Amino acid sequence: MVKKIPIGPFHPILEEPEFFELHVDGERVVDIDITIGWSHRGIELLSEHKTWDQVPFLVERVCGICSASHPYAYVKAVEDLLQIEVPERAQYIRVIVAELERLHSHLLWTGLAGHFLGYNTVFMWAWKYREPLLDILEAVTGNRNHYATWRIGGVRRDLPEEEIPNIREMLDELEKKNDLLTKAIIDDPVIHARTKGVGVLNQTKCREYGALGPTARAGNYNIDARRDHPIDAYRNVEFDVIVCENGDVYDKAVVRQLENFEAIRIIRQCLDAIEAMDGGDILLEIEEVPPGEGLGVYEAPRGEVFHYVRSDGKNMPMRHKIRAPSFNNILTNEYTVPGYSVADAGLITAAVDPCYSCTERVGVVNARSGERKVLNEEDLIRMSREKTERIRRELGIR
Amino acid sequence: MSLGLKALKKSPWVFHVNTGACNNCDIEILDALTPRFDVERFGIVLVGSIRHADVLLISGPVTRNVLPRLKRLYEQAPKPIKVIVIGACGCNCGIFRDGYNIIGPVDKHIPVDAYVPGCPPKPETIIAGVVKVLNTL
Ligand code: SF4
Repeated sequence: MVKKIPIGPFHPILEEPEFFELHVDGERVVDIDITIGWSHRGIELLSEHKTWDQVPFLVERVCGICSASHPYAYVKAVEDLLQIEVPERAQYIRVIVAELERLHSHLLWTGLAGHFLGYNTVFMWAWKYREPLLDILEAVTGNRNHYATWRIGGVRRDLPEEEIPNIREMLDELEKKNDLLTKAIIDDPVIHARTKGVGVLNQTKCREYGALGPTARAGNYNIDARRDHPIDAYRNVEFDVIVCENGDVYDKAVVRQLENFEAIRIIRQCLDAIEAMDGGDILLEIEEVPPGEGLGVYEAPRGEVFHYVRSDGKNMPMRHKIRAPSFNNILTNEYTVPGYSVADAGLITAAVDPCYSCTERVGVVNARSGERKVLNEEDLIRMSREKTERIRRELGIR
Repeated sequence: MSLGLKALKKSPWVFHVNTGACNNCDIEILDALTPRFDVERFGIVLVGSIRHADVLLISGPVTRNVLPRLKRLYEQAPKPIKVIVIGACGCNCGIFRDGYNIIGPVDKHIPVDAYVPGCPPKPETIIAGVVKVLNTL
């Protein structure tokens, strides 16, 4: 007999509300319904009533952890319209801030994944390692999140020279910590048992659902906007695109961890380039935006962000379209969740990194009698943890 | 001071609602629990159900979809409960003020005890806000 479990739309822990309805047969999930739109704020329309220079402030508030990626894609769209190339120093500063953000976003995800698995130590540690990163971001941009760095034609603030040694030091530290976390994931038999072969999204399905970012790369779908549509300083730095084979939760975690090393590599190259540079402009003054249209694409931590702007020659965008990667990625849950147990469902939905934002309460609805048993987010996390415990015992660990 | 209020002062349990925020405020709230700030050592924990909460932290402008849920949450909360809004969005809808789907701010719909401004406020600020509210008890 099939029962329905609504999850959402709120979650006391994190992120944008979403609503999942799991259809379960016993422990097994047979179908999933996904409803989004809870935090719809009408940003596209708001943006069409702001001047070109005000929009970056708005779009960085699309999402708190992509607050470098959205303005990046937006300014690239406008610069595409204007057909300009920004000063070299500004290009490197943009890449540094954007990659620092990728690091903090991936660490945040690793922590949350640990939290769901019942490894609260991983949660605490990953977030602890994230703090020095935020300090650096604060020193470089003036704010821990929401950096307000992007401007059409360059960046708002120069990178203070005296911060460069601090950034390097922080990166060296972080590299060690990230290594530790990566090894913890790769070596732990319990994590293997919980995540390998769970929530598999293979290459064909990635293409069908239009999965993006680490979700796609874990499933052997080799796409990365930084390489495929190189912008700014990404044309001058070397990095590898990390791709895994299986597309399960384990691979999604590994891809993110390994990407951190690549991000560190990119930042180091950018710092070298900036040090070799002797000052330089950071902003190209733009007088006005002529009529026309432009596209901007950037690889956010979760996948490709796409912005489209059209101008009619006034001081505001006439049309501004935003497509964020999580929109595609969340829908892959429709394929990945059915077939697994309820305890795995939380993990799989978390693995695409919408961070499972929505589980403030869960009610089990008996489809026949309409009887409703209310579980909350704690219960779901508890179920997930109990499964980890069970596996631990079976493996004879602890 | 009533017994309820006295109990509330020690180890307040916190429940957190995102009413359409950009989730940065939520991350900063979580950040306050992690090792650098570690408010858990004072017994301040994030709970999974509103029925266990002493303090309600609300971030975000209120969107149309969310409003009925927010009201229901407030009704379900055990009283007395202290309501603190976090971030510019919660205080006055911030940058989203003119959005067609925004019918906030929070204090238009439920009583609010304290406002923590900032976009996002730093964890220190959030902690200071909670402490100030507890000191008024
Ligand atoms: S106040 Fe700022 S950081 Fe907080 S939810 Fe609103 S836009 Fe995001």
